[in-house]
Amino acid sequence: MRGATILKATDNKTRDLNSHTLMAFSGEAGDTIQFSDYIEANVKLYSMRNSTELGPSAVASFVRAELARSLRSRNPYNVNLLLGGVDPISQKPHLYWLDYLASLAPVPYAAHGYAQYYCLSILDKHHHPDIDLEKGMQLLQMCADELKRRMPIDFKGAIARESRGQEWHTFSGSRQ
Amino acid sequence: MANPMSIIGKNAVAIACDLRLGLQALTVSNDFPKIFQYGPDVFLGLTGLATDVQTVSDLFRYKVNLYRLREERDISPQTMANLVSTSLYEKRFGPFFVNPVVAGINRTTGEPFICGFDSIGCIDFAKDFIVSGTSADQLFGTCEALWQPDLEAEDLFETISQALLSAVDRDALAGWGAHVYIVEKDKVTKRLLKGRQD
Repeated sequence: MRGATILKATDNKTRDLNSHTLMAFSGEAGDTIQFSDYIEANVKLYSMRNSTELGPSAVASFVRAELARSLRSRNPYNVNLLLGGVDPISQKPHLYWLDYLASLAPVPYAAHGYAQYYCLSILDKHHHPDIDLEKGMQLLQMCADELKRRMPIDFKGAIARESRGQEWHTFSGSRQ
Repeated sequence: MANPMSIIGKNAVAIACDLRLGLQALTVSNDFPKIFQYGPDVFLGLTGLATDVQTVSDLFRYKVNLYRLREERDISPQTMANLVSTSLYEKRFGPFFVNPVVAGINRTTGEPFICGFDSIGCIDFAKDFIVSGTSADQLFGTCEALWQPDLEAEDLFETISQALLSAVDRDALAGWGAHVYIVEKDKVTKRLLKGRQD
């Protein structure tokens, strides 16, 4: 599946930062990979040096600080991020929305780019703070369906990744 | 992105902000406080570009922590105002896009203090109220109508809350709940106003 407007139909835009934190990214092609490599390497370096892992809120603060520093440099990174994770101590789930201007917001659900316009209204209506994983996956399916139906871009399906306790499992959604 | 405001009363000050974080017309979060505490009775409200709100609030946390270690005392609102002013003017030709508001009570004199700034640190001292943010025009209206001298703490809470909620109802880019701080001598009360969620 390759052509004038689609370079790759199976591009995974997620990264594992440590055993309980995951990052998804979008933005300028080169910047996304460069920036997420840098973040991934530094978060992992911290784990090795200190024999302890940063929690999701610490990771989010670190990523924001790096992006904010880049924002006022000669050529800033043009990267939008979603950071998700389970705090290893409190076992509480966290989700952070971070845009290319380095605005960090803790949110119950989030999207970036055009998907925001289609998905956030669905999530506003159907999300509750106490939903389980199965219901969460149903919501993601509803969002993917809505994007397929209404967004004038073929986004080639989606992947979803989950954390059960400390482990990350990969599984694909409606990839075409 | 919406607005903090602060008003002065009899031996008390109030500072309040809404909770919306948005990108133009799209609301991203409805739990994004814009008031930050830098001592037992010193508060800073920040409006403007969200990323600069966070950068500037972090910068002042760093600076005020160092001040406290060096001086072995808490910062007064007047000193905080001068710190904000000089820090913003350092970036005169590439400013942080924020409009800060300082509110607090001076420990030594017991006098309430409020002031506001433009993005390059020009201080606007006031004896009544300071407003900032997207609904600044509306807030001037509601504050002019509701504020009166020597409000007691409870009346101050009612006044600032009604002024803020009425103002953000007339601004599509603000609202989604509010935080209100009432600062009295040796006592701070923080309240969450749920507000309209549409």
